[in-house]
Amino acid sequence: MFAKLKNTLVHYWGVLRRPAVHYSLGFLVMGGFIAGIIFWGGFNTAMEATNSEAFCTGCHEMETNVYAELKGTIHFTNRSGVRAICSDCHVPHEWTAKMARKMQASKEVWGKIFGTIDTREKFLDKRLELAQHEWARLKANDSLECRNCHNFDYMDFTRQSKRAAEQHSTSLASGEKTCIDCHKGIAHELPDMEGVEGWQ
Amino acid sequence: MKKLTTAVIVSLSVLVTGAVFAQNTATLRHGLSIEQDAEPDRMPVVQNDDIKRKRSYPMQPPTIPHKIDGYRVDTNSNKCLSCHSRNLSSDTQAPMVSVTHYMDRDGNFLASVSPRRYFCSQCHVVQTNAKPHVESDFVDLDDLLKAAQSKPKE
Repeated sequence: MFAKLKNTLVHYWGVLRRPAVHYSLGFLVMGGFIAGIIFWGGFNTAMEATNSEAFCTGCHEMETNVYAELKGTIHFTNRSGVRAICSDCHVPHEWTAKMARKMQASKEVWGKIFGTIDTREKFLDKRLELAQHEWARLKANDSLECRNCHNFDYMDFTRQSKRAAEQHSTSLASGEKTCIDCHKGIAHELPDMEGVEGWQ
Repeated sequence: MKKLTTAVIVSLSVLVTGAVFAQNTATLRHGLSIEQDAEPDRMPVVQNDDIKRKRSYPMQPPTIPHKIDGYRVDTNSNKCLSCHSRNLSSDTQAPMVSVTHYMDRDGNFLASVSPRRYFCSQCHVVQTNAKPHVESDFVDLDDLLKAAQSKPKE
């Protein structure tokens, strides 16, 4: 069996390392170029599809828990109609970081298959751990996903309430704090916050 | 027969007096009949100026001078206390909740906010720019005292 496999591999290796006999160089170059566009475009299109709200809420775990909770918040419905979908906050926009996050997210497929949070009770039991992962991620990247829309450089403190301006112009401006340090639980409900820094 | 007549008279008089009262009652429906849809009032805007307001009497729970949209107070978290608790008010410079909130009902001091004082908006509320439907005729205690003092003694 191994001998047969080895023979096949050796055969194809031979095909690959010999120059083409029947096809012109132009055909191979153009063909490779076009195939490259198709595969690369297809890959990114598929990757974008996994970023869509319909894809995320396709699982009942997401639809009945976190998505249902998002619906009442300002990131879902507000006066101007600008809203955030799951991937706006939970997936980095920059390509390499996005790939890294997508690879991490493959663990969520595992969770889906084995029903880690397939009931509300299981989800609530695991909520603290899941939330801590997201807090840690946003803390480590200086709340990058918040800042994709909420750009500090263009914040007008004079248009903010007194206490918002106070906090943003000191702690946030100096880099001592980042968005997630204060704005936890703005899009989803919170786990038991006992012992979490900044809560009671 | 007599019973029936009495019943009719009583129900008629109830209807008539009810109708008379209904004409003089201010309602949120602006006097429209039940088949018509009243246009709801505009949503009032919450005052958000962070300026402390005078209390109408010394033990009045202070009103909230800012928006509290989306501030959850439940078994898992209390957003108000994330600024106003004893531990955190020095960071946030928000006024610490009064010491009475750290007491049980027998006056014993507790380490954290008493469960019976945990649900902030039971007593503390925001103020909006809504026009009151009924004017308040509340008189400040100081004014009452002044009036009593200036009145000539009989």
